[in-house]
Amino acid sequence: MMKDRLSDLVKSLTLVLFITLSFASFAQEIPTDAAAISAGEALFNGNCKSCHRVKQKLVGPALAGVEGRVPSVAWILDWVKNPAKKIATGDEYANKIYNEYNKSQMTAFTAYKDAQILSILAYVKAEAAKPDVAAVPTGSGDVAGGGNAGIPSSYLNAIVGGMILILVLMVVILGLIVSALKKFLNQKELSEDDNQIVNSPYTFSTVTKSSGFIFVVIFIIAAVGFKTTIDGLYSIGVQQDYQPKQPIAFSHKLHAGAYEINCKYCHTGVLKGKQANIPSPNICMNCHTQIKQESPEIQKIYAAIGYDVKTASYSGKQKPIEWVRIHNLPDLAYFNHAQHVNVGAIECQTCHGPIQEMEVVKQYSLLTMGWCIDCHRKTEVNTKDNAYYDKLNELHASAKKSKMKVEDIGGLECAKCHY
Amino acid sequence: MSTTTKKTYWKGLAQLKNDPSYVKHADKEFVDMGAQEDPNHSRRDFLKMMGFSVAAASLAACEAPIRKAIPYVVKPMDADAGIPNYYASTYVNGGDYCSVVVKVRDGRPIKLDGNALSSVTKGGTSAQVEASVLSLYDNFRLRGPKVADKAVDWETLDKEVIAKLEDISTKGGQIRIVSNTILSPSTKATIEKFKAKYPTTTHIQYDPISYYGLLKANEESFGTAMIPSYDFSKAKVIVSIAADFLGTWLSPIEFTKGYAKTREISEDKREMSRHFQFESNLSLTGANADYRGLMKPSQEAAVLTQIYNIVAGKSAADAGVAHVEKAAKELLENKGASLIVSGSNDKEVQVLVNEINSLLGNYGVTILTSLPINFRQGNDEAMNAFVEDAKAGKISGVIFYNCNPVYDHPKGTELAGALKNATLAVSTSYTPDETASASGYMAPDHHYLESWNDFEPKPNHYSLSQPAITPIFKTRQAQESFLVWAGEKEVEYYSIVSQNWKDWFFAKQTTVLDFQSFWDKCLYEGVYELPSEPKELTFASHADDALTHVGAGAKSSGYELVIYESYGIGNGNQANNPLLQELPDPITKATWDHYATISQKDAKSLELDSDAEGNTKLLNITVGGKSMKLPALIQPGQAPGTVGVALGYGRDKAGVVAAGIGLNVYPWVSTANGSLNYTISTGVTVAKTTEDFQLAQTQIHQTYMGRENVIQESVLSEFKHNPGAGRENPQITNWDEKVDASTLSLWKGHEYKNHYWGMSIDLNTCTGCAACVVACNVENNVSMVGKKEVINRREMHWLRIDRYYSSDANPEDYKAAEVASENPEVVFQPMLCQHCNNAPCETVCPVAATTHSTEGLNQMTYNRCIGTRYCANNCPYKVRRFNWFKYHDNQQFYASNPAMNTDLGRMVLNPEVTVRSRGVMEKCSFCVQRIQTGKLTAKKERRPLKDGEVITACQAACSTGAIVFGDMNNPESNISKLLKIESDPKRPYGIDKKIGNPRAYRVLEEIGVKPNIFYLTKIRNKDEKKEHA
Repeated sequence: MMKDRLSDLVKSLTLVLFITLSFASFAQEIPTDAAAISAGEALFNGNCKSCHRVKQKLVGPALAGVEGRVPSVAWILDWVKNPAKKIATGDEYANKIYNEYNKSQMTAFTAYKDAQILSILAYVKAEAAKPDVAAVPTGSGDVAGGGNAGIPSSYLNAIVGGMILILVLMVVILGLIVSALKKFLNQKELSEDDNQIVNSPYTFSTVTKSSGFIFVVIFIIAAVGFKTTIDGLYSIGVQQDYQPKQPIAFSHKLHAGAYEINCKYCHTGVLKGKQANIPSPNICMNCHTQIKQESPEIQKIYAAIGYDVKTASYSGKQKPIEWVRIHNLPDLAYFNHAQHVNVGAIECQTCHGPIQEMEVVKQYSLLTMGWCIDCHRKTEVNTKDNAYYDKLNELHASAKKSKMKVEDIGGLECAKCHY
Repeated sequence: MSTTTKKTYWKGLAQLKNDPSYVKHADKEFVDMGAQEDPNHSRRDFLKMMGFSVAAASLAACEAPIRKAIPYVVKPMDADAGIPNYYASTYVNGGDYCSVVVKVRDGRPIKLDGNALSSVTKGGTSAQVEASVLSLYDNFRLRGPKVADKAVDWETLDKEVIAKLEDISTKGGQIRIVSNTILSPSTKATIEKFKAKYPTTTHIQYDPISYYGLLKANEESFGTAMIPSYDFSKAKVIVSIAADFLGTWLSPIEFTKGYAKTREISEDKREMSRHFQFESNLSLTGANADYRGLMKPSQEAAVLTQIYNIVAGKSAADAGVAHVEKAAKELLENKGASLIVSGSNDKEVQVLVNEINSLLGNYGVTILTSLPINFRQGNDEAMNAFVEDAKAGKISGVIFYNCNPVYDHPKGTELAGALKNATLAVSTSYTPDETASASGYMAPDHHYLESWNDFEPKPNHYSLSQPAITPIFKTRQAQESFLVWAGEKEVEYYSIVSQNWKDWFFAKQTTVLDFQSFWDKCLYEGVYELPSEPKELTFASHADDALTHVGAGAKSSGYELVIYESYGIGNGNQANNPLLQELPDPITKATWDHYATISQKDAKSLELDSDAEGNTKLLNITVGGKSMKLPALIQPGQAPGTVGVALGYGRDKAGVVAAGIGLNVYPWVSTANGSLNYTISTGVTVAKTTEDFQLAQTQIHQTYMGRENVIQESVLSEFKHNPGAGRENPQITNWDEKVDASTLSLWKGHEYKNHYWGMSIDLNTCTGCAACVVACNVENNVSMVGKKEVINRREMHWLRIDRYYSSDANPEDYKAAEVASENPEVVFQPMLCQHCNNAPCETVCPVAATTHSTEGLNQMTYNRCIGTRYCANNCPYKVRRFNWFKYHDNQQFYASNPAMNTDLGRMVLNPEVTVRSRGVMEKCSFCVQRIQTGKLTAKKERRPLKDGEVITACQAACSTGAIVFGDMNNPESNISKLLKIESDPKRPYGIDKKIGNPRAYRVLEEIGVKPNIFYLTKIRNKDEKKEHA
C-alpha cells in the first residue's frame, strides 16, 4: 500500500525545453492576450518555476526565446506532455537536450491541455520581452503583525525628549522661584529658627534622608520590579526570535528569496491540512540530483535518502533528518494551516515574517493567544467565491455596515481552537 | 391526560427500598469519604511545598525544551501529516465478525467505524469492536517469537518447528491444528496446504461459546450442519427463549440492526414488533422486551413444548411461566412474519425450535437457510476428542491458531497438562496467553489491524482486511508461518490472498476488466458481494422425537446456574482492554468486576443485603464439586432460584489490566447431548460467606431526585390514536394562567446565524448496547480510572447510559413495588451534556472556562479551568466530569489507563483532542473536533456544509440509528425533518424553534435550561390493559 515510489511523488513541476532551430512561422500560435498571459503566469509559478526561469538557467534551461529554439511549437506540446516518449522516439533535439542536462528528465505533464501549455509560452514570451530589472529578491505579500506593531519609535523618542525639556525648564523655574522667595524672606525680620530654616543649606544627606526622596526611590524600584516580573511572567513559553541551529543549513533566503520557489512547492500540506509539512528529502531531490551536488549540506540530504551521486542510484538505506522545531504551540491550542492559507488566503509572511530574507529561520511572531485574537479581531473574512459564507455574508450585511471580521462569526470563541 | 397511570422509576434496589445508605448519599454526587487529609502531610506542608515548586517551575520554564520535527524521508503519496486516511478492513475475533473502516492518523489506527457497504453488518459496530483498536497497542503483546519463554529470531523458531514436524511426520505421529471458527477462505486454503505437507494433520475448530447444538439441530432438520441467517426486520412477533440476540447471541450487530427496524415508530408508522423474552438472567435483550417471563433453565423444555403444542393446535400444558400462552398465540396469529429463537446449545431444544418455526412458516421469510452464516463452526465433539487424545498421549504435535483453549475450554487445565507430553506445541496468539504459555513455541501472529486476510461471513458475501499500520513488533502473519513450516520459501500472504481473489472472484465476473482495478475496488470498499440464490433447504420434521427427548433432561433441584457471555468482556479474549473493563454492564452497571447475579427473593432467604455503595458478601458457589467464591449482586429481573455468572473473567495471563479480576468459570461448563451446556440445573449449591466485597457499580450515581419526567413513555395501543402519548408538558403558573414551562425565560435567548447543532435520541430504538460509550471514549481520549475511582464515583465517561427500572405500581404502595421489582420493565437513556441554551454551568464559572458558542455548543475550555467544580454542582444532568488525578503519565493509573501511560498505548490517542490534566472539568463537546473538520472541508471546497458530513462519534457507532445529530438551522437536515422543526419567522435563527414531533421532549423541561438534545418517547408494544408479572 504505502510503496515509496519516488517518481510518483512529484506530480507537479518542471517544464523544460531546449532547442536550436527556429521556425518563426509557428510562433504566431502562441496567444498574446492578457488573459492567456495571466493564466500562463499562474501555471508557470505553480508548476514550472522550481526548475525554470525565463531569463536564467536553473535545473532546466532559461525559457526566454524557447519558441525560437525548438523545432516547432507542436514539438513543445509533445515534449511537455511526455518528455520520456519524445526521447525514446530518438528525436534529435530531445536527445541533445537530455544529454546536455546530465540525462535528468523533465517531469511529464500528461494532464495539460494544449491551450494551457500555450498560455505558459505566452507568459514566457511576454516576460522575455520585458527589459531587465536589477535582480532584487522581494517577498510577496505584505508583512504585518509581529513585534513591530504600535507607535513608531521615532515618535516616542521625540515625546520623551520634549518631556525632558519641559522638566528641565520646570526645575530652572522652580530654582528661580526659590531664590526669589529666599531674597524676599531675608529682607524681612525673621526669628533665629525661621532664619535657620530659610537659609539651611542643601546638602546631599538632607536630600537623601528626606521622606519624599525615599518614597520616590522606593516607588520607582517597586514599579520597575513589578513591571519586570509581570513582563517576565508573560514571556514564559514565548519563544519569539527563537532561531535554533538546524542539522542542515538550508537557506530560505536562497530558495524562497533568490529563486522565488513557491512556498507550497515544498510545504505540500499547507493548503490541505493542519500541518504545512516540513518537506521530505525526496522533494529536495527533484532539483538536487543535479544542482550543487558537491555541497557538504547537500551531501547530508544524500546521506538521509541514501543517494549515491556517482552511480545516480538509491541504496534504500534511509535516515530521517531531525529538524529542530521552531514554532511550538502548546498541545491545548489547535491551529490549522489550511483554514488560514487556503480558506483565509493569508500570506505565509503574515505570520512567518519575511521568510524569503531569512538565512536561518526564526520565530517571527509572538504566537501568543493575544496575538491570535488580535488578528481575528482585525482580519476580514475572505468570503470571495466561497459559497460556505454566502448566508453569513448576507446576514451580516443586513445587520451591520462594517465588513465581516473573523470575530463576527465566532472567531474568538474558545472551542474554535481549544478542544 | 390519557389513561396512563403514574409510574415509578428507580435506578437500583437501594433506591427502591429506601436503603439508609442510599438516602444518606442520594443528594450527593460523590461519596463522602471522610477526612482525606493525610496526618503526615499537613496543609501547611503542602503550602510550603507549593511555594517551592512554583518558584522551581518558573525557573525551569525559562529554558524551553528542544523539540524535533522529523519528516518522512520519502513521503508516500497519500500520507499527509495531520490528515487522516480511512481504510476498509474487517474485525474478526474468533467467529465474531464486523466490517469496519479504520481511521488512520499519521500511520496509526486511532478509531474504528462500521462499514456501511457491508450488507452483513450494515455499518453497525459493538462495544467490543470499538474497543479493539486499543488491543492493537496492548503492552502485553509479544514482541517477537519465543521458544521456551526465551526470545529468539524467526529463523531459529522455524528451524526447530520444521525439524519437529518432519520428525513427527516420518514417525507417523498425529498433528492437530486447533482454532476457533475460521471465516477466511484463504486461511483455510493455507491450512490445506499445510495438511498436504503433513498428512497426519487434522484441523479442529471449536468456539469458546459453543453453538454446536444449533448446528447439529439444523443437521437433523435440514440435513446440513449450518446456522441460517435470521432476518429480524421482517418479524412482527419475536419470541426469544434465553437468546441474548441484541447482546451476545450469534451475530448481535446484524440482529440489532434488523430488530431496531421493527421498533422504529413515528406518526406515519404506528406499527412495531412485539417482543417476548423468557429467561433467567436479565439480559440486554430481555431489557428491551415488551413482555418478559421469568424462566428457570429447567423450565425451558416445558415452555417450548407449550408453545409448540399451541402453535400445532394441540392441547398444551401450562409451563408455569408468565406470558407463554400469549406469546404462542401471537406467533400463530402472525404466521410467516414471526420468529422464535433459543439461546440453548442443546440439540433437542433447537430441533423443537426449528419445528415451531417451520409450523409458523418462518423459513424463507425471517429465517433464511439459503444464506447460512459461518460465524460459528466449532465442533464440541471433535474438540473433546482432541483433548482426550492429547491426554492419552496420542497427539505429537499441535498448533493453536489464535485460540486459547487452556483458558476457554472446560477441560483447559487437563489440556495444559497434556501439552507437556506433546513433542511440539505452538501457539500463534499475539499475547502470551494461557495456551501460549503452556506451549513451548510462541509464534505470534499480527494483530488484525496489521494483517492481510479475507473473510466469508455468509456465502457470496466476502470481505477483506488490510493492514492499517506497519507491524509494530517482530510478529508474522500466522498464515505465513503455516506455509513456512510446510516448507514453502518466500511466502507473502498478501499475494496469496490477492491471487485467490483473482482465481475465485475476478475470473468469474465481467464488469471490471483488469485485476488491479478489481482488487483496488474490493480493497476500497472492503467487501465484495454477489447476489445469492434464494434456494431454501427442505425441512424434515422430527417433532415427535424432539418432544420426547426435550423433556428428558429437565430436572431441577436447588439452585440452577446460568453461565452467560459477558456483554463487555465477551468470551474473555479482550479482557485486557480497559475500555471494556470500565464499560458498565448495560444491566448491572458494574465495572471491573465479576459477580453472581441472584434474585431478591433468594437474597432474602440467604439473608444477603447489599447497599448503594456496592458493599456485598461473597457467595460460595459449588458446581459438581468445583467451588468458587464470587460476590453477590442482587439483580431485579433474575428468576428466583437461579444464579447467573459471566464467562470471560479470571484471565491470569491476559495482562496487567485483567489481572486479578474475577474467576474463570469455563470449568463449570458441562456437556449435554454432545455439546457444551451453559445451564446447570442440578447439583448447584449456593452459600453465603462472611467475606465482604465491594462492587464498583455506576448505577446509583447521579440520581434525578424524583423528577419523573426524565423518562416519558407509553404503550403502542395509546400511541396509535395519540402520537403524543406519554408526553408530559410541564406547566408553570404565570400570574394567573398556566403556561408551558419552556415558554418562560429570564434570558433573551441566543441567535445562531450559521449552524445550530442539535441531537435527537430515540428511546425506542436505543437498545442500551453502549457501543456509543466506547466510541466516545476512544474518540475523545477519555481516561479510564480503575475500580477504586469508580467506587469513589469518579468515572470519566462523557456519555453514560442510564438504566431505569420501572413498574406500574403506585409509588406509595411499597409492597406492590417490591413485587414488581422481581421483574421490572427496563428503559435505557443515553445521557450526555445536553448543551443547554440557558446553561446553568456557564453562569457560575468564575473564570469563564465554560462558555456558549455561536453554534449552540456549550464549550469547555480546559486551559482556562481552575477546577472550582461549581459547574458540575450546578448541572442538572450531572454530566460534567472532574479530573481528580492526573490520569496520564502517572504510574498509579498504569493498569487502568494504559492508553495514556505507555508509549505504545499513547499511539491510540486522538491528536485532535487535548489530553486533560488534573484539576480540570471535562464533558461532552458534541465532538467539536469533527464539527470543525467538517466545516473546514466545506470551506476548502467553497461550498455550504451538507447534512450528514458532520456526525458525532456516538452517532457513528449507533447501529440502530437512535442518535441523530445535525444542523437544526438547515431545514433539509435529518434532524430538522425528524423533529419537524419550524422556525419562528420573526426570529429565524433564534432558539425558540417549534418542535413538531409529538414524541420529542427535553429532559427536565420545567427548569428552563433549554437543552439542544431531544429525546423521543419510549413506546412499548403492550396491550392497553396493563399486566403484571
